Amino acid sequence: MRRKHWVGAAAACIALGGLAALAVAYRAPLPAIARPDAASFDRARVARGAVLAAIGDCAVCHTADRGAAYAGGRPLPTPFGTLYTTNITPDIATGIGTWSLDAFTRALREGVARDGHHLYPALPYEHYTHVTDGDVEALYAFLMTRPAVSAPPQPNHMIFPLGFRPLLAGWKLLFLHRGALPPRTDRDAQWNRGAYLVEGLGHCGGCHTPRNPLGGEETGRAYAGGVAEGWVAPPLDGSSPAPIPWTADGLYRYLRTGMDGEHGAAAGPMGPVTHDLSAIPEDEVRAIAVYVASLRMDGRPGPGPGPVDHADAAAQAHPAGAALFAGACGGCHEAGAPMLTGGRPGLGLASGLQLEEPANVVRAILEGLRPPVGAAGPFMPPFANSLTDGQVAEVAAYLRARYSDRPAWTNLTRESATARKEGQQP
Amino acid sequence: MTITLTVNGVDHAVDAPPDTPLLYVLRDDLALNGAKYGCGLGQCGACTVHVDGKPVFSCVTPVAAVAGRRVRTVEGLGTVDTPGILQQAFIAEQAAQCGYCISGMIMRAQALLDGVRRPTDAQIRAHMQPNLCRCGTHGRILKAVRRAADMMGGTVPQAVRS
Repeated sequence: MRRKHWVGAAAACIALGGLAALAVAYRAPLPAIARPDAASFDRARVARGAVLAAIGDCAVCHTADRGAAYAGGRPLPTPFGTLYTTNITPDIATGIGTWSLDAFTRALREGVARDGHHLYPALPYEHYTHVTDGDVEALYAFLMTRPAVSAPPQPNHMIFPLGFRPLLAGWKLLFLHRGALPPRTDRDAQWNRGAYLVEGLGHCGGCHTPRNPLGGEETGRAYAGGVAEGWVAPPLDGSSPAPIPWTADGLYRYLRTGMDGEHGAAAGPMGPVTHDLSAIPEDEVRAIAVYVASLRMDGRPGPGPGPVDHADAAAQAHPAGAALFAGACGGCHEAGAPMLTGGRPGLGLASGLQLEEPANVVRAILEGLRPPVGAAGPFMPPFANSLTDGQVAEVAAYLRARYSDRPAWTNLTRESATARKEGQQP
Repeated sequence: MTITLTVNGVDHAVDAPPDTPLLYVLRDDLALNGAKYGCGLGQCGACTVHVDGKPVFSCVTPVAAVAGRRVRTVEGLGTVDTPGILQQAFIAEQAAQCGYCISGMIMRAQALLDGVRRPTDAQIRAHMQPNLCRCGTHGRILKAVRRAADMMGGTVPQAVRS
């Protein structure tokens, strides 16, 4: 009998605790509004919102491959399952046409949809929470004046029990720190502007900061490098392995044009980021570059090791890789190749070859590169069809031995097989 | 070194350095001159052939990479006297002007039709994107691929036609 009481009391406690948790998790729906007339928004504010949306990369995630802009539907693979982005055009039935500015602000800063359900932190609200009222209003004006597109949301495929959204309230208790970032008085206005953009809308840490097992950013290791859709987002702090250290000028060129002659071309998920930054006011990109450069300078000032080229030793260690490189890659990448004119860097400067993981090198070989900005940028054909996983591994091992002094990569064939499989997913 | 290739179903032993582009071996050693040298940098598609059923730029494919794998060239699709369906479609649409890009175009298109029975026009456009034609016959090339797809796979809904 006594034991039964215990069980009953424990069950009651759990039930009460659960109810309390649900009460914390509960967010009230906000009233639906009639869709605002696009003409009612101030045009200057809409234009400002367009710039901010580009800095926030809204279209990058909220547009499906060959889909309508901002209509969502792009799959976002995460360690916790696959999410599909939502329609943020002002469509009444399937988009945000009935969202008030208050509802939009709450979604951006607190990750709660108009109807009260919690949004997954794939929407980087832990960064967007820092965005000012004025900028949120401009973003709202921009999105509410886009063409309304009917695009119903697609069901997510999350691992159990993460399909239960009230759990996200717990995640937010741990990782969502609301409010504006105080400006640093010991830094100038440009640096502070950059900090505001990078830590807020730009959400650079979303990829470039490592995440803990719960998917929260490890704030103690900010910008120490992370992962984005299978690609390594290289460190931006003092641990950056770039043979020539990044400077504010180099970062500006890279972010603005998709390529910097001392480092290389934007690839993978970084390509669309540079694409968006190519067409916004120069001052904003300069501010971002100044702030990001300071992340490294604050950690490790001084020159880098410079590029190395151990051509003979690498060919001896990896003769098959050397032959494949000569036939497949050398025409563009070997010294004196026509592709290296116009300030394009040799492979000795490429950060990808210096990273701990071979992910980026393997993906670049398999998928190639498309010009991230405009139609005339760096292009590399994909080699997925011509090279087997074993051959990709040979080339990558040869490149690592030739252009770096770092430890050899392991499991390259498996990495290529994994990257190939991921590249084929929708 | 001697490398063994299977080209259009026939085994060949060729003596070539391992980094020799497949394109050179096809043209110079095997006298298969359909694939063309365009840019030599994997940017134009004139040299497109199939390796294990997938389209590749043969100018940046080292011959060592295809040892023991199946290579297919435009010569494998038909002959002057008995052209294959895609070749017939390109002739019917008069899709060639100077013709330099055409064997690459045909091999790129064949890879699509091998895998997709009824491609939409959007699929054809996206698939043909890597191959360039400097004469500007892209419109006729797309029509030819459309025609071949219809000949091979039956009709396609009118709505997706241009």
